[in-house]
Amino acid sequence: MLTHRIIPCLDVKAGRVVKGVHFVGLQDAGDPVETARRYERAGADELVFLDITASHEDRDIMLSVVRQVAEQCFMPFTVGGGIRTIDDVTRLIQAGAEKVSINTAAVLNPDIITQTANRFGRCATVVNIDPKRVTRDNKTIFEIHTHGGRKPTGLQAVQWAKEVVDRGAGEIIVTSMDADGTQAGYDLEITAAVAAAVGVPVVASGGCGSPEHIRQVLTQTRADAALAASIFHYDQYTIEQTKQYLRQHGVPVRFAA
Amino acid sequence: MIGIIDYQMGNLRSVQKAFEHVGAGASILSSASEAAGVDKLVLPGVGAFADGMEHLRRGGWVDAISRFIASGRPFLGICLGLQLLFEGSEEGAPSPDALVEGLGVFRGKVVRFDHDTKPGCPLKVPHMGWNAITWQRDDPLLRGLAQGDAVYFVHGYYARPIDSQNQSVVSATADYGHPFCATAWRDNIWATQFHPEKSQKVGLKILANFAAM
Repeated sequence: MLTHRIIPCLDVKAGRVVKGVHFVGLQDAGDPVETARRYERAGADELVFLDITASHEDRDIMLSVVRQVAEQCFMPFTVGGGIRTIDDVTRLIQAGAEKVSINTAAVLNPDIITQTANRFGRCATVVNIDPKRVTRDNKTIFEIHTHGGRKPTGLQAVQWAKEVVDRGAGEIIVTSMDADGTQAGYDLEITAAVAAAVGVPVVASGGCGSPEHIRQVLTQTRADAALAASIFHYDQYTIEQTKQYLRQHGVPVRFAA
Repeated sequence: MIGIIDYQMGNLRSVQKAFEHVGAGASILSSASEAAGVDKLVLPGVGAFADGMEHLRRGGWVDAISRFIASGRPFLGICLGLQLLFEGSEEGAPSPDALVEGLGVFRGKVVRFDHDTKPGCPLKVPHMGWNAITWQRDDPLLRGLAQGDAVYFVHGYYARPIDSQNQSVVSATADYGHPFCATAWRDNIWATQFHPEKSQKVGLKILANFAAM
């Protein structure tokens, strides 16, 4: 039976993990490679690295981070953030990323989804969508935003999700701009709507504050995986505790051998 | 020395590094002529079946693989590398009857999971994540593993082998809506549908087993 994936997300800026990871005993909390290895030992099922840097020099540093992680961690990981062109995708995959996650570029230039799928397969092609609740004509809708939730696109979340799958996405990460950073729980409504509308795996993202939030999103929606940052980085809960909780509540998860 | 076939189908360094991690020397082979000089040969790969076959043909790998296997030395296919060993695939085929031709080392064809075409079926395609494998017989590749150990899969297509003389090549199955071929083994030819190089400790054990063949 396929287990649900629990995925820590690491924000990387100029080659350093930011939003601090506060593991007890970690020598260098800002080192992405050491952090990744720690998560591998802790039983994380997959990792997501989000490159939040702006400059070109920093992009090269990110490639070197990806290369080192790929050489030292024997687990799958996705890299996202700042991908603009198929050349950016190619460099990340060649550096050892299992999958790339495309966000703003997918909205601005949807061809990049198809190009990535054609060259590296659907399985390597992840699209991150950022829906936010807005009121249009007195109705609440979920509109896709870019630039960290600041820029509305006119695209509705469920329709956009279907379109990116038609164009070649093999997985969708749904990051609710309303829930992100709140630690008040995933946005179950939009996660459920997207996960029911598409045939590819869906990763719930944004708002996780406890193992109970993960249980909710994995049992009350068809999400396949749950992404979380703060609860793991700050040692509020370990991956092991989280998975024990999920198993006690009947959610199939993997325990590392 | 283990040779890893570079046929421009994705990153090979993770496979190479995983072998090095378990103490086995592995080099990436960019030319088919190098295959004769290695003790073991690995065909990894991600991407589309037709592209994979095209690149193997163009690089002269089809004959090289065939000769290597005939020599009796250990061969391992990973993910797309498992699928390419079969007679053909539905992936990219103009019709279900006209398969894209594979290497034909194993009998049978590669077909797509169709869960996403069935209304109400909760299973997604691709099959992505950690799933348990169940051995069907004593395969030396899987020695030291526990029944039900989880490994990392990422694929939309799977192999449906045909038995030869009542002998199945399937040595372990995984379940995704139905059981399917997770590992195949006959004589000196092994193949895994999952990625051992991405399967943490369990995967490294499998690669160590192959390195020790």
